[in-house]
Amino acid sequence: MIDSRKVLIFGGLTLSIWGMAYGIWYAVFAEHQTLDGLGAALASGFMRAAENRMAESQAALADAASRSFVYVRQVDAHGHWIGLGLLLLILGIAFDRVGFNERARMFIALMLLAGAILFPLGVLLETWDRGLGPQVVAVVGSALVILGLCGTALGFARGNS
Amino acid sequence: MNIRRDGIPAIVEKHTAEAAEHFAPFSARRTFVIGGIALILCGMIWGDIFAAFILHPNANRIGESLLAATRAVAEHDPQAAGAAFQNIGALLENRGTKVDAHSHMIGFGYIALLMALLQPFVAFPESAKKFLARLLLVGATLLPVGVFLIHYVGMAGSPFAAIGWASVFGDFGGFLVCLVCVCELAGLWTYFRAPRDAAAPDNLLADRSWAARALLCGGTILVLIGFLHGSYYAGAYLFQYEARDRTLLSAMTTKAAANDSAGSEQAVADYGQLQSAKALNVAAHAHVIEFGVLAILLAFFQPYVFLRERWKRTWVIALLAGSLMLPLFVLLELRWGLIAGGIADAGGLLVIIALLAMLVGVWRYTGRLDSAAGEP
Repeated sequence: MIDSRKVLIFGGLTLSIWGMAYGIWYAVFAEHQTLDGLGAALASGFMRAAENRMAESQAALADAASRSFVYVRQVDAHGHWIGLGLLLLILGIAFDRVGFNERARMFIALMLLAGAILFPLGVLLETWDRGLGPQVVAVVGSALVILGLCGTALGFARGNS
Repeated sequence: MNIRRDGIPAIVEKHTAEAAEHFAPFSARRTFVIGGIALILCGMIWGDIFAAFILHPNANRIGESLLAATRAVAEHDPQAAGAAFQNIGALLENRGTKVDAHSHMIGFGYIALLMALLQPFVAFPESAKKFLARLLLVGATLLPVGVFLIHYVGMAGSPFAAIGWASVFGDFGGFLVCLVCVCELAGLWTYFRAPRDAAAPDNLLADRSWAARALLCGGTILVLIGFLHGSYYAGAYLFQYEARDRTLLSAMTTKAAANDSAGSEQAVADYGQLQSAKALNVAAHAHVIEFGVLAILLAFFQPYVFLRERWKRTWVIALLAGSLMLPLFVLLELRWGLIAGGIADAGGLLVIIALLAMLVGVWRYTGRLDSAAGEP
């Protein structure tokens, strides 16, 4: 088996297992608590408004928005790590059909693997740091995946006997 | 050509013997292939039922509860506002668990198909491979069923603070799938570390038929479309929608507290539109990628689809057309409403029918293989 296939198969399967392990940890220790907190913050926002305590109401709604921001990204990281891992695995199985030399195939494989790790990591880092840094990591990761996929599609089109 | 006395060419006999070895009855690969396609089919049928009969009524009820909450604010009744949000929480849990059951069942089906492809490279005895295949299918069934039941079982009899029994069983199912993946990774690692002679060719990976090439190429394009749409959505709308979400919730409470009922009701209506826009974009992004991955996976299994070439091509075209129709018309629901929703559901149905036809093809192949090998 060619090395670029090994990179994608082992990298993809490891990334999928990592995403699943993260999902199990998240479901057991964080998800229910996060959703309970989100619901309580939203309800509190409306209940305080009904009592005409508008400053507290707005603070509760801001808290709900912050919890929602975190929840969406935690679920996205889990889904994207697994999804990208499976995609790498599938592409790895068919990678001998990519019509480039092994050096170019390895470059594409490493680009795909790096992007598949970085993109969900950047999304997850946004929950700790709302600055530009994590967004740049996510954008670079997604760009690497898209470029790698374009290269793979081109390689499939060229074919490899 | 070397022809035997019973009229079967020797090359066909050799191919059948190789295929029988790789795809024996109750073998790990056959369990993974049939189990995987069945999981994907069940997940898709469930998704179509959910989209057609549950999704829209559920969204309407959430909107009504939100309206009740704003009215409670205007009437300065905090208890009623709290009760409305309890209702919204239950409705969101109902929707979320059903979406999770649908997506996890399909995802696990993909993993099963991938494992089927990897079986020749897993250095375990066949008995261990069979055990792992069955364990994965148990976990892959347990998680979606457990997640589906969360809404109905709730916290009944649970010793935990935030997690009910249905959730515990669901998480255990996820753990089993994860465990099988770790074992398969260890098997792959052992295979590649051990010195060995050149591996026997696997007919699944060598297929270059029209159907396989169309699915591989079409699938890659679908995945690429999904990535481009996802990047565009994240860059142009994600943060904007999150900010608007917060603004509209704030407007509902402040306008209701100021007795501006028209303003608060408008904010509720806008909030509903915003949630629809978010959900439809995410659904289109997820579905186009999932269908692309499915098409690529099915490209490998075309040698096992025992149908006439014309029918194989028909089902490939149907699958690719449905895979494009569903996400495209899900997006168009924002403009065309339920008409686009209906066409999207028809796209989903087309994918289901094509997948079912391929499963029938695989079933016929196993029948032919078993009868050739003298199995019952």
